[in-house]
Amino acid sequence: MSEVKASANSLMQARVAKGPRDPWAVLRWTLLAMGAIVMVMPIIYMLSASIKYPFEMYDLNIIPKEPTFENYTYVLSDGRFLRWFGNSFLIATLTTISAVFFDALVGYALCKFQFRGRTFVFIAILSTLMIPTEMLVIPWYLMSKTFGWLDSYWGIMFPGVMTAFGTFLMKQFFETVPDDFLEAARIDGLNEFQIWWSVALPLVTPALSALAIFVFLGNWTAFLWPLIVTNSQDLYTLPVGLTTFSVEQAVEWELIMTGAALATIPTLIVFLLFQRYIIRGVAMAGLKG
Amino acid sequence: MATVSLRNLTKAYGKTRVLHGLNLEIGDGEFVVFVGPSGCGKSTTLRMIAGLEEVSGGEISIGGQVVNHLEPKDRDIAMVFQNYAIYPHMTVRKNIGFGLRRAKMPKADKEKRIEEVGAMLSMTEYLDRKPAQLSGGQRQRVAIGRAMVRDPAVFLFDEPLSNLDAQLRSQMRLEIKKLHQRVNTTIIFVTHDQVEAMTMADRIVIMKDGHIQQVGTPAEVFHKPANIFVAQFIGAPSMNLLEGRAKGQGVEVAGRKIARATGVAEGAAVTVGIRPDDLLVTEEAGSFEGRITVLEPLGSETLAYVDIGGQEVVARADGRNPPALGAVVQLSVAPENLHLFGADGKAIR
Repeated sequence: MSEVKASANSLMQARVAKGPRDPWAVLRWTLLAMGAIVMVMPIIYMLSASIKYPFEMYDLNIIPKEPTFENYTYVLSDGRFLRWFGNSFLIATLTTISAVFFDALVGYALCKFQFRGRTFVFIAILSTLMIPTEMLVIPWYLMSKTFGWLDSYWGIMFPGVMTAFGTFLMKQFFETVPDDFLEAARIDGLNEFQIWWSVALPLVTPALSALAIFVFLGNWTAFLWPLIVTNSQDLYTLPVGLTTFSVEQAVEWELIMTGAALATIPTLIVFLLFQRYIIRGVAMAGLKG
Repeated sequence: MATVSLRNLTKAYGKTRVLHGLNLEIGDGEFVVFVGPSGCGKSTTLRMIAGLEEVSGGEISIGGQVVNHLEPKDRDIAMVFQNYAIYPHMTVRKNIGFGLRRAKMPKADKEKRIEEVGAMLSMTEYLDRKPAQLSGGQRQRVAIGRAMVRDPAVFLFDEPLSNLDAQLRSQMRLEIKKLHQRVNTTIIFVTHDQVEAMTMADRIVIMKDGHIQQVGTPAEVFHKPANIFVAQFIGAPSMNLLEGRAKGQGVEVAGRKIARATGVAEGAAVTVGIRPDDLLVTEEAGSFEGRITVLEPLGSETLAYVDIGGQEVVARADGRNPPALGAVVQLSVAPENLHLFGADGKAIR
């Protein structure tokens, strides 16, 4: 016990001896705190608005005078909301599975196989990262129209079944897998697909997890392309569906905010469970998703 | 078990040739060590035998069958890699059993085989551990176990001990040698460490710049080196080399006639090689006289660096009563322990 007291005393003495706080540290923490506030405020406002009545919507108070959960009851009892939620979940899940599979396959091939035109293919894939989605929607739309994919699940999903970012991320991770592992498996009699599946993939699990999270979140929040490619309300994804609460005569902000609050739950769960993989994935790839 | 033959084996990367027509016959059950400095082509040769590198020219046969165009899995070989290459996501049991995936045998027999190999390598109690929970030596045993489990015709080892510390390396050397005596499978072992080569091999293949310099038993390459490179590469400390000249049926070094040399033209330059072990510091009149510049006490003996007429040699002195630093001493060598090399670097017999 006395040892604990002694060490606590010495710690305090050390702090006192350090003198006044470093002004740069104060500035750093202030800037960080301001950044955090800027990031968190919209979420807090969204949650606050979701428990407000319409008459209070344009008051900027965070804590409502008359809080209510009627908005949640209304949104959840509206069959359309659950349908859109299901659509988003289905599309995000299938696209994630597909993107992770193909990105890992292509990334592996670009990393571990020597073939003519390898660099050209890699640069071509990488260059698509530099084209904004807003520009890509025109060729996507023309393709969908030509092949009859408009207003279908496949129409929403096809641009995301393989991603340039994911291919780049996986290629970077496969660089860290020593060739000895693959050669040992080759000698043990595995074919190239089995080597990829049984040996290489398990060694890049953190990258796979990070990629799965990126792709899932990207598809969950996608708005522009699903809005363009769908007409039927039954095929709407959640972000598109929420806009139906806004009509010419009125914008039902409390319902939009309630829907948005509910929509963040899966992304929050995914983030909290896998945040260390996201950070590692971003650090490894050297860019943001 | 199988024989391995290399006939005029060449390897080129673009216009750069790295192997220049290797010819070698490896006997059934033989333990052959490829040794040489970095970049000599020993690992490339091994990888070509394994089928991991394409053959640019020549032939490789295993068990009498030309395997140039066979996939690695069809060559009946197993390989142990420098970095072990044991899969970190699998237990020791799964790692060892990985090579049996293609084997058409009942699951119970596979399990039995894994247990047998585990027992042979003293790894039974670690079979359900992951590689991260093992020491370096244990990981190396797992890598060997994975190679053994398939009972291949030829084992290939690519510098498997280079990641281990000195003590563990000597222990694993012994274990691999015992393993060879037990299973008696043909082994081709690559290393850059001449001590490993000397202690393990039935025959040593010494390579330099893509050429085989000499093939022989450890005793042959040590006592009868084919050229200056082999003489210097094998043995620690390296063989002393002294510049001399043929004179009157002998060789004169530092003003003294020390050896007989037949078939060498009068006045021709000759290099005289003397192993440090054969060059003794004595009190009696010896072959050379010189001044001690450095002493290296090793316990049972002391290595003395001696300057003789501007050329430095290493000699062996008593460990208990070493000579003094700076002392002028006599060095003696028995004539039969002298190695003579011509101007082309080849041994003069």
